[in-house]
Amino acid sequence: MNKFLKWFASDSFIVSLAAIFMGLLLGAVVMFIGGYNPITAYMALLQSVFGSLDGFGEALREMAPLVLTGLAVAFAFRAGMFNIGAAGQVLMGMTGASLIGIKVTGLPAIIHAPLAVIVGALFGGLWAALAGYIKAKRGVNEVITTIMLNWIALFLCNYIVRTFLLMPGSQRSLDVESSSWVSIGWLSEMMGNARVHWGILIAILASIFFYYFLWKTKQGFEIRAVGSNPEAARYAGINVNKNIVKAMFISGVLAGLAGAFETLGVFHYQSIYSSLPQYGFNGIAVALLGMTHPFGVLAGAGLFGMLTYGASGMSFEAGVPSEIIQIVIGSIIFFIAAQGIVRFILKPVYKRKKEKVL
Amino acid sequence: MIDLLTFGNLINTTLVFSTALIFAALGGLFSERSGIVNIGIEGLMVFGAFAAAVGTHYAEEAGMGASAPWIGLLTAVVVGVLGALIHAVATITFKADQTISGVVINFLATGITLYLVKLLFDGAGETPLLANRLAKLSFPDIASIPVIGPILGTGLLNSYPTTFIAIILVFVTYYVLYKTKFGLRMRAVGEHPSAADTVGVNVNRMRYIGVMLSGALAGLGGATITLTTTGLFSHTTISGQGFIAIAALIFGKWNPLGIFGAALFFGFAQAIRNYVQLFEWSASIPQDFILMLPYVLTVIVLVVAVGKSRAPAALGEAYDPGKR
Repeated sequence: MNKFLKWFASDSFIVSLAAIFMGLLLGAVVMFIGGYNPITAYMALLQSVFGSLDGFGEALREMAPLVLTGLAVAFAFRAGMFNIGAAGQVLMGMTGASLIGIKVTGLPAIIHAPLAVIVGALFGGLWAALAGYIKAKRGVNEVITTIMLNWIALFLCNYIVRTFLLMPGSQRSLDVESSSWVSIGWLSEMMGNARVHWGILIAILASIFFYYFLWKTKQGFEIRAVGSNPEAARYAGINVNKNIVKAMFISGVLAGLAGAFETLGVFHYQSIYSSLPQYGFNGIAVALLGMTHPFGVLAGAGLFGMLTYGASGMSFEAGVPSEIIQIVIGSIIFFIAAQGIVRFILKPVYKRKKEKVL
Repeated sequence: MIDLLTFGNLINTTLVFSTALIFAALGGLFSERSGIVNIGIEGLMVFGAFAAAVGTHYAEEAGMGASAPWIGLLTAVVVGVLGALIHAVATITFKADQTISGVVINFLATGITLYLVKLLFDGAGETPLLANRLAKLSFPDIASIPVIGPILGTGLLNSYPTTFIAIILVFVTYYVLYKTKFGLRMRAVGEHPSAADTVGVNVNRMRYIGVMLSGALAGLGGATITLTTTGLFSHTTISGQGFIAIAALIFGKWNPLGIFGAALFFGFAQAIRNYVQLFEWSASIPQDFILMLPYVLTVIVLVVAVGKSRAPAALGEAYDPGKR
């Protein structure tokens, strides 16, 4: 318990809290300059998230893919790679889940749903592993391959939906079989039909797995070693190439899970996208908000999900353009990254603290 | 068989698609050569595209007519530099993580520009359609010459002025980076900042210049898309071009001539989509695969021919004079 309290008083916790506060404050200033009342706006935001059970449920629903894509990006970061391809991996995850959800019939739900989730996760994992393999074999920078694979995934998934899964006369797939749904029926009913699903639980488990795997296992140690210094890792006898592919695979599995749950838990069908969905960039933002630590990612996704879900309520109730939330999120990440600025502003507070100690 | 005029048109379309990429990738070059990762190129292009639309719009309202787009171009440069300044202050002065700061630029850019569009134009989601855009130069005399006419007149010369500016800038950049004292210093700062510091180069000042140049050029890149292609700014005006530009930067191995080649390659791969459809056999290929073509081609070229490209040695590290 003491440890827990200490953590709350820790430097990084205070700086993060200050960064969030400064981001919200900056957003308020921008709203004020634009002629809006920031207090009404933030109240409307809170109201739409916490004011009703179905609002809260929907905000939770928004969080699930954010946690998973955030973990995906963070995991690759820990292995020294920048996975810009979460969007493509999410799409592949959706497609894997849709294929199983639509084409496979007659299975009991207890098998069908997990199977669809696993295949979606594998699709995402293999898609990311491809970028890892190209990096390991040919030394091609993963930033450029994941960008390209995003677009390839977009058109490939559209092709699969259009050719094999299409709901005639529309821009989407057929509905997935109800036996493959991962919605939590009783909780949905309790929360006014908010589309809550098992994904949020899996996302929390995934962040625990992330922590345990990276910091408590030998394999995780190898991945972190490759991430912090590949040359040293090679010298220590670690197979760097194998770890690159493995890390990208795990990263992709996490993103693929996000896609599978979106299809099986939220939409129950797959759309034909005209451009890349936002999952990838949001995942990067969440990973950075959480300082690439799994539990930080959970907290970051909570904040991000609350702000983006509340933004629509805010623009509806207070008339403030919802884009303001992007400015707020951007500046929070900015202040967390540029801790120098925060410390600079917090300086007087810190000074007093030090004097006390002396 | 493809005839000469079609070939000329293919060249022309390639140049249209390549221009914005050349600008933006050259922008990335200046930043990264000085040692600062700039994943925010996409956002800086958004700033540029927005500023070009707004600048041109108000210049039109002030009665500037056909010269209004040039005001828009200038506005884009200024706003691009201001956007890049955020990145510079965060990464150079406050030593923030460069990747994070770049991602933030992308976030802020879409947020700020769309917020401003709604404020300036009564809640609209896009800027008003511009009456004046940049016009293609035309050389009917040259185009009418047999054989070389279609290629030279219709293909190469019949382009937007921005295309010429972009191509000239490629060679200017090459000259500046490799033949001037300034360029040597900039490269030195990106490769070995403490050595550069030892011989009296102001590392942080060079990096500020590099990042701000990248803002100016990426702004121009975004402006090009508004002023030649879309004619307005909305949330879809810039959708991924900045990331393709970063790909071109890596693909071109952080060298202006390599970037030029890479940008032309991307432009060509985009343009050829429109021409594949002229062939009968293309009807049997699903539309999605034709759309996929540029990206698949890029991956194949990277895997087969290019392989590893070496980034500037000090890329991504804040300069700390006290560190050994």
